[in-house]
Order: sequence, then structure tokens, then C-alpha cells
Amino acid sequence: MIPETRLAQPEPFEFDSESQAGFSPHSFTMLSRVAESIYWMARYVERAENIARFIDVNITFTLDAGDNDFGQWEPLIQITGDEEYYAEYYKKHDHLSVIQFLAFDPKYVNSLISSLNMARENARTVREAIPSEVWEQLNELYHFVRGTEASGTTLEGLAEFFQKVKQHSHLYSGLLDATMSRGDGWHFANMGRMIERADKTSRLLDVKYYTLLPKVSDVNTTIDDLQWSALLRSVSGFEMYRKRFHAITVQRVAEFLVRDPVFPRSCRFCLGQALESLRAIIENGQARETNSAIEKLTALKVHLDELDMRNTIDCGMHEFIDDFQLRLNDVGAAIFETYFDRAQLDLIPLVSEQSQ
Amino acid sequence: MNSTDFSDYDVGTFFDELFASDTQPRAAAQAVVNFINQLPPGEYKRRQEAVDQALLKLGITFTVYGDEQGTEKIFPFDCIPRIVDTFEWSHIEAGLRQRITALNAFINDIYGPQEILKEGIIPRELVTGAKSYRKVCEGLKPPRGIWCHITGTDLIRHSDGGIYVLEDNLRCPSGVSYVLQNRLLMRRTFPKMISAVGVRPVDDYPLHLYSTLRHLAPDDVADPTVVVLTPGIYNSAYYEHSFLAQQMGVELVEGRDLVVRDGFVYMRTTDGFEKVHVIYRRIDDDFLDPEAFRPDSMLGVPGLLDVYRRGNVALANAPGTGIADDKVIYAFVPEMIRYYLGTEPILPNVDTYVCEVEEQRKYVLANLDKLVVKAANEAGGYGMLIGPHATQEERNKFAELIKADPRNYIAQPTLSLSRVPTLTGDHFEGRHVDLRPYILYGKDVWVLPGGLTRVALRKGSLVVNSSQGGGSKDTWVLAREFDSVTQTDETLYT
Repeated sequence: MIPETRLAQPEPFEFDSESQAGFSPHSFTMLSRVAESIYWMARYVERAENIARFIDVNITFTLDAGDNDFGQWEPLIQITGDEEYYAEYYKKHDHLSVIQFLAFDPKYVNSLISSLNMARENARTVREAIPSEVWEQLNELYHFVRGTEASGTTLEGLAEFFQKVKQHSHLYSGLLDATMSRGDGWHFANMGRMIERADKTSRLLDVKYYTLLPKVSDVNTTIDDLQWSALLRSVSGFEMYRKRFHAITVQRVAEFLVRDPVFPRSCRFCLGQALESLRAIIENGQARETNSAIEKLTALKVHLDELDMRNTIDCGMHEFIDDFQLRLNDVGAAIFETYFDRAQLDLIPLVSEQSQ
Repeated sequence: MNSTDFSDYDVGTFFDELFASDTQPRAAAQAVVNFINQLPPGEYKRRQEAVDQALLKLGITFTVYGDEQGTEKIFPFDCIPRIVDTFEWSHIEAGLRQRITALNAFINDIYGPQEILKEGIIPRELVTGAKSYRKVCEGLKPPRGIWCHITGTDLIRHSDGGIYVLEDNLRCPSGVSYVLQNRLLMRRTFPKMISAVGVRPVDDYPLHLYSTLRHLAPDDVADPTVVVLTPGIYNSAYYEHSFLAQQMGVELVEGRDLVVRDGFVYMRTTDGFEKVHVIYRRIDDDFLDPEAFRPDSMLGVPGLLDVYRRGNVALANAPGTGIADDKVIYAFVPEMIRYYLGTEPILPNVDTYVCEVEEQRKYVLANLDKLVVKAANEAGGYGMLIGPHATQEERNKFAELIKADPRNYIAQPTLSLSRVPTLTGDHFEGRHVDLRPYILYGKDVWVLPGGLTRVALRKGSLVVNSSQGGGSKDTWVLAREFDSVTQTDETLYT
């Protein structure tokens, strides 16, 4: 066997004697405005990807069910919480209307295209701070979606489209991870991505739980229902679920989506990742007297760590998820106050010049 | 006929940068012409289309003011390069060095002892009465005595074959990012052609720029923080600001990211304030500091000029350099060169009539149909009359404007800009070009070997500005001398 080889270290590149100054103390911290834009860029891309996931799984289900396009699409409107807007601009609840609304409606602020537009606008203001490859991929995704229309496309065609959106998004996410130094920029992006993902997974569970589960007594019976497996597939979790629990029961699906310690789209896992990034940001920076962001995020993570799912179901799944989303919003607000809010930041005292 | 090559190329009555006659390429362009002629049918066009796609993907766009729908536009790029041989380039480079040295001496003088005004070489009121003259800059001592660190000078070639200076851009010249991206695209699209020809690289511009900026930092700062200051995402050159910051590895800041405290400039980080030592500002003087300039500016940093005056932050370019951009002052640059350097200008000015001077104004008013009239303080091709192409009504309007405010206007003969073959549909046609090289003034003067070749894509048009239907081309400064074929052209450059 050929042993691992170690390549000779190249000489460090120098262009000017001035550049030989030591490692800058400001290599990690970043402009507050830039951090905020990166955070939101990541959130919006994640939001867009999740919309594609919601729709994709529903299309698959509709295709499986044949012509029975009944009540399958309405819950997707409920996920958004924007039923009023929908009622104002759309008449039917068929798949085309719902897909138009969720994916292509440029006036609806939470549509896929609007989310991508916001992601791109945020990225555009921080192009210098993210790798070019990441920007190019996001830009390509945006143009790809903009160049597509729902009407006149078959369901099969749409399914392919949303799968491609997911792939583009994964490419973006992979590039972010593979090309961006783990400074504050990446950590803010990761925090945004993970908080958004936790939120979306909980929403998905909420809606499916509400529509699929009439009686609490069913929670422990094996149902292997097509719809529950569809839910797992929409977060790419079906196979991972099978490895852990095999048969599908409602309590286990909830446990898996909310509390699984290692599945990368579970709420608990996402919060853990967000927490790690926040800790890294804190470590890179100077000590603050208080930091409400870390306090709130830690508390929410601990809440999930200690959660008893059986008990939660007894007390009401919907109530739990509602509370979780509110607390997640609180975390977002605390991040804003701590890192992005100019009025708060200006209160941090000046530090005397570092000795250089 | 359908294959895209030069077999039916027509140089017309113009100086063509690549062709000496319809069928005879210039020696410096021979290799490129051969290369394109032997491409399979349709191949050239296919590659040009790939470039257009790449521009969209890369998001290399600029913003058009006053255009409501989709304000982002691609700056069109044509793949046929402008080619400059080594001999001509050394002539241009020497001329630019000379000119920037004199201009810097001029700015230093007029905000200082004003010797050139005292000696009457330039009428005092033309300088101190100019819109771009900043009284607040009198007595300023910029770091290392340099005012204009980054310059982009517009050159044109007239039908007599000579290279002339059309404009000096000493405020915030833009376009260098396109130079770098164009080269990247060319290397991607025509890798064999570019390596066969041997072209001087432009890629080290950001390093030179960074070095120039660091050179300005206060002496006691070992590791200065350099930033690029942009007016924000809605500025037409935002892409460039972002690109340069990225390439230099420095922060791109907006006015709202900066704050003045205790005589220093700080930026707002996620961790509180951090001191800034050098600002490459891409905001005009007027908007830089509402306390010193326009009080209604939302873009700038209150108190910035005061910190600058104390020497606690460096600005590039220094405030006040716009005076040398004034098109009336331009007319006097040859005089400046003689006065400060004691030498004759290497690159001549275009003949310029200063409307403020009575007999010159009379000539201008009598010959509006032959002249190009320019407002002294406008850029981007605005406020301009191209006499021969204008209607009588437009000419009358400009006659009134000139009479009402003669100080604000100059006129120049209509120039016959040289042309470069440019893809039009399925074949090549000549299109008029200019050339903007970039000059950095730091520890010494450095000229980027190349520059932005802007091309007027509309048939017959002489306006190369991106806001008015212009595109760009890569500029190839040859790395080695070719056989002496065109050395007989030597007379053209002297």
C-alpha cells in the first residue's frame, strides 16, 4: 500500500514587505450590517428550499393518488399562515393555484421566488464577504426559478423542477460549507440556516399532525400511512427514520422530527448546530456583559433535550409547536439585538488600540 | 459568408486597431486574426454566446439610473480584443506617468501656495470659480503628498493615428473590475489564443491597489485597516466596489457602517467599534461628509474630513481632486506639464475651445455643427452635444446654454475614433472605441498594462458610455515585441 505522502510546503506568497504584518486581530469579526445580510441570505435560501420540499412531496403524493386531487393542497396554504392573502388572490385550491402561490407569486412575500429574490439581494450586498462560487450558485438558482412558469407545465415537469431547486440549494449549501472559512461570516450564515430549518421542520409537523391525526389514541399504533412516510420524505428523513424506528407511529415520527439528536433536519439537531455557531462567534469576539441570544438559544435547546414526547402529545402537539415557534422568534429577536441593532452596538465601549 | 471570419471585413474610412486595410491585419493582430479565421463555422459565435451567459451567471451587472424595470443590466462584452503592441504601450505609459505627476503637482499647488495662479498660467477665476473647487481643502496636507491615488484616463485614437487624452478622471474612476473580469472570461473562452499571442497580465491590479492604499496609513500603525466605502447597492458601480473589496480582502463599508469618535473613524462590527485607517472612497466629495460638504447627504460620515485633516485617517482619492476633472481645467494640462515638469507633453490633448474666453466662444457658436460641446462638470456622456449628429433645435438649445453660462462649457472638434472589429449578427463590423488605462500613485506611479476598451455598439455611434449603449472589450498589451513589420508606423506615435 502506498503510504500517505506529505507535500512540500510552498513558500508563503508575498508581494510587498508591508504585507508581512502579523495575523490581524480583525480577521474574524465583521461588519454588523454584513453579518446581518449573510444571516438573512442563509435564512431565505433555506426558506426557499423548504417550500420546494413541501411542494415536491405533495406532487409525489398527488401523482400516486391518481386523479384524487382532494384536500391535498390546502394544508400547504395553512403552513404559511397567510390564508387571508390566498383567499384574496386565489379562487381554487387545486394544485396549480397553490403552486403558483407558493412558488411563483412575485407579490407574495413568502413565496419561493420572493425568498430567493431576498436571498439574492442580501447576498448582493455582501458579495465581497462570501465566496464567489456561493454567489454564482445562488444567482444561478434565482435565474433558474425566474425562468420557469407553473402554468402549462405538467405535474411531472413541476416535480422535476422542484427537485432541481433542491439540488441547486444543496449545491449552494455545499459550496458554503466547502469554500468559506469558519469565521464569523460562515457562523452567521450557519446560524441563520439552522434556525430557519428548525422552524420549517416544526411547521411541517404541525400541519401534517393537524390534518392527519383526528384522535390522540392513535398515536402509538403502527400506521405506515402513505402520508406519514411522505412527511418524512419531505425532509429527506424516511430512510434515516427507518434505521432508527422501523415501523411508523405518530409519536415516533414526532420524536424523530423534533428531538432526534443526530438527524440533520430535526429541530433539536438544528438548534444544536445554531448554538455551536453562536458559541464560536462569542469566542471570536470580546466578552459582553450579557448576551440574550445565547441565553435564549441555550434555554430552547435544553427545552428540547428534556422534552417528553408522550407527555407533549397528551398536552397538545399544536400548542407545543406554537410555543416553540414563538420562542424561536424570540431567539431571532435576541440575535438582532445583540449583533445587528445599531443602537445596541453603539453602547459597547471603545477598546483601546491593540498593541501591534 | 455565414462563417464568422474576417474575409469580408471592411475598415471603411477609419483607423482600425486590428487591420491596416480590409485584408491586411496589423502585425500585432495577425495571430488573433488567423486564430479566428481558422475556427470551424459557428464556433466563434457559440463562444461569444457562452460569454454572454457567463456574465449573467456571474451577476456582472451595472445599474441604470431612471430605468424602472429590472435596473440591473449586463455590460455587454465583445470577445475581439483591442491589441496594443509593446512599442505603443511604452509611449502611452510614459505619457500617463508624466500627466498624473503634473496633475498631482497642480492639485497640491492650488490648494497650497497657488503658484501657477500667481504666475497667471491658468486664470485664477477658472480654478477658484469652478464648481469642483473645494475651498475647504485649502491647506490640506494629504498623506505622502499624494492627492490622486487612483486615476482612469480616457484616451482615443484619432484618424491621424495619434493617441490623444480625452478626459482625466480623478474622482472615482470606475471600470477596472470589468478589465479584470473581461480577462478572466477571455482566458476561459479563448485560452489557446491568449497564450499563443502572449499578453501582459492585469490580474495583480488588486494587490497593487491594496499596496497603494496601505502606503497611506498613518506611520505608527503597523497593520492598518483598509476599507472600501460605497454609496450602496443602488449605485451604478456597486458591483465594482464589491469586487475590489473582495479581491483585496478588505471590508466594503457604507456610510452608515462608519462613525467618528474622539478624532478617529470606526466601523461598526458585530463586536462593537473597530478603528479604520485608510478609506478607498467611491463616494463623491459632495456626499463624503455632511458637516464639510452637502449637509443633506445621507451617504457620508459626519466629521470624516476633520479626522482626515488631523491625519488620523487617509482618503483615496483625497477630497478636492475633482478640480482637475473639470473639462475647462483639462484644457490647461499641457501647460501644467510644462510648468511643473519643464517638459513637453508626451500625450497631447484634444484641441479644446474654452467658451469662457470670448474669441473661442465666438468660434464655437459659429461652428456648432462641427463641434462636440461638453459641460465642464458632467460625466457619463450626459450634458453633451455632438454637433454633426444633432438637430438644429438641439444646437440652438446649446447655443443658449453656452451664452448663459460660458464657464460651464468647452468644445472640441468631432473626433473620428478608431475602430475595432466587433461581432454584429453573424459577421464582424468596425465599431468605435476608446481606452481607459488605470494609474495608481502610491510609493511610485504604476500603470496597469491594459485598461478598459469601451466600444460604441450602435452602428456609427461615438458614445461609448455604458449608460448609453456602450460595451467593452479586453485590451491586450503584448508581452513581447513582434517582428519589425509595423515598426515603420513609428511616426504615428511621436
